[in-house]
Amino acid sequence: MKNIIQLFLTFFKVGAFTFGSGYAMIPMIEKEVVDRKKWMGKDEFYDQFALATSAPGPFSLNTAVFVGYRVCGWWGSLSAVIGSVLPSFLIILLIAVCLADFRGNTYVEAAFKGLRPAVVAMIAVPFVQMLRRLKKWYFIVLSAAVALSITYAGISPIYFILAGGFTGAILPFFEKGGEK
Amino acid sequence: MIYLQLFLSYLKIGFFGFGGGYAMLSLIQSEIVTRHAWLTGTQLSDIVAVSQMTPGPIAVNCATYVGYSVTGSFWGSMLATTAVCLPPLTLMIIITIFYNRLRSNRTMESILKWLKPMICGMIGAAALMFLNRETFVDWKSIAIFAACFTAIWMKVDSILLIFLAAVAGILIY
Repeated sequence: MKNIIQLFLTFFKVGAFTFGSGYAMIPMIEKEVVDRKKWMGKDEFYDQFALATSAPGPFSLNTAVFVGYRVCGWWGSLSAVIGSVLPSFLIILLIAVCLADFRGNTYVEAAFKGLRPAVVAMIAVPFVQMLRRLKKWYFIVLSAAVALSITYAGISPIYFILAGGFTGAILPFFEKGGEK
Repeated sequence: MIYLQLFLSYLKIGFFGFGGGYAMLSLIQSEIVTRHAWLTGTQLSDIVAVSQMTPGPIAVNCATYVGYSVTGSFWGSMLATTAVCLPPLTLMIIITIFYNRLRSNRTMESILKWLKPMICGMIGAAALMFLNRETFVDWKSIAIFAACFTAIWMKVDSILLIFLAAVAGILIY
């Protein structure tokens, strides 16, 4: 029981003080989980990375589930997830309730006019960087085709996830034995 | 009824949300903007901006916001946020249990390899979706975009940039 409360408090703290992407919170989670609480070793903590990034869902929640499960099983996971979601839930709820009143305010509108192109840049940079890391030309063409068909043909990304997963799952059977 | 739709939409976003926040954004657009028209593209872009300034993952922040604005009640928020947390709570536990067997599995590796271009395409789609006249109203917005693109490329902290962009907006508009 004590551990469950500790998990909740630790992830509440992480959730309340980490801004931006999930990756930004790694050092803080590591400090809490590995150095202070000693719930797991550094190696194990970094091992779960590949896992948390390749599983669907927000990265930070996957980390909370993993750490929680290792410490206290299912209830540990639940407690860590609730802890990490609660701060942003409360803050956004407050903003959602208030933003309705702010809309129409000249300053808020002007600020958003400046923010919108910045948001596009924030998404465009990782896209270009990831595109460059794909290396193989047919993967790059495929990515561009996926981006265009989602945007201009209105096809749901879900189909592309399913198609990609399926292709990846059956291909090893065709290239049996040989090197990858 | 709207509660059920909201729940199912966010469950889908959670379960197919491979590749982190920006890739999930494309799923969110497809469900929330294109399919149900609960938000306009511009409103979603504003939520992303707010989400960068507040703690927590984009998907969770967006679920909380959309849940509230669609139903006008706390329970809508609660429901959408719960839905987005369910996939980590179920799938991730299964993955944790079978971790050692999955780690060096060839099929698993191959699936992840083929998911990568899809995820990349989804991030591209998220950027393209915001490429419109409401985002780029004049040459000043193009200048903000170019400045931010360069700064992020050179690894300037994105939270700092978000605040600068907001200040720039207030000063020039």
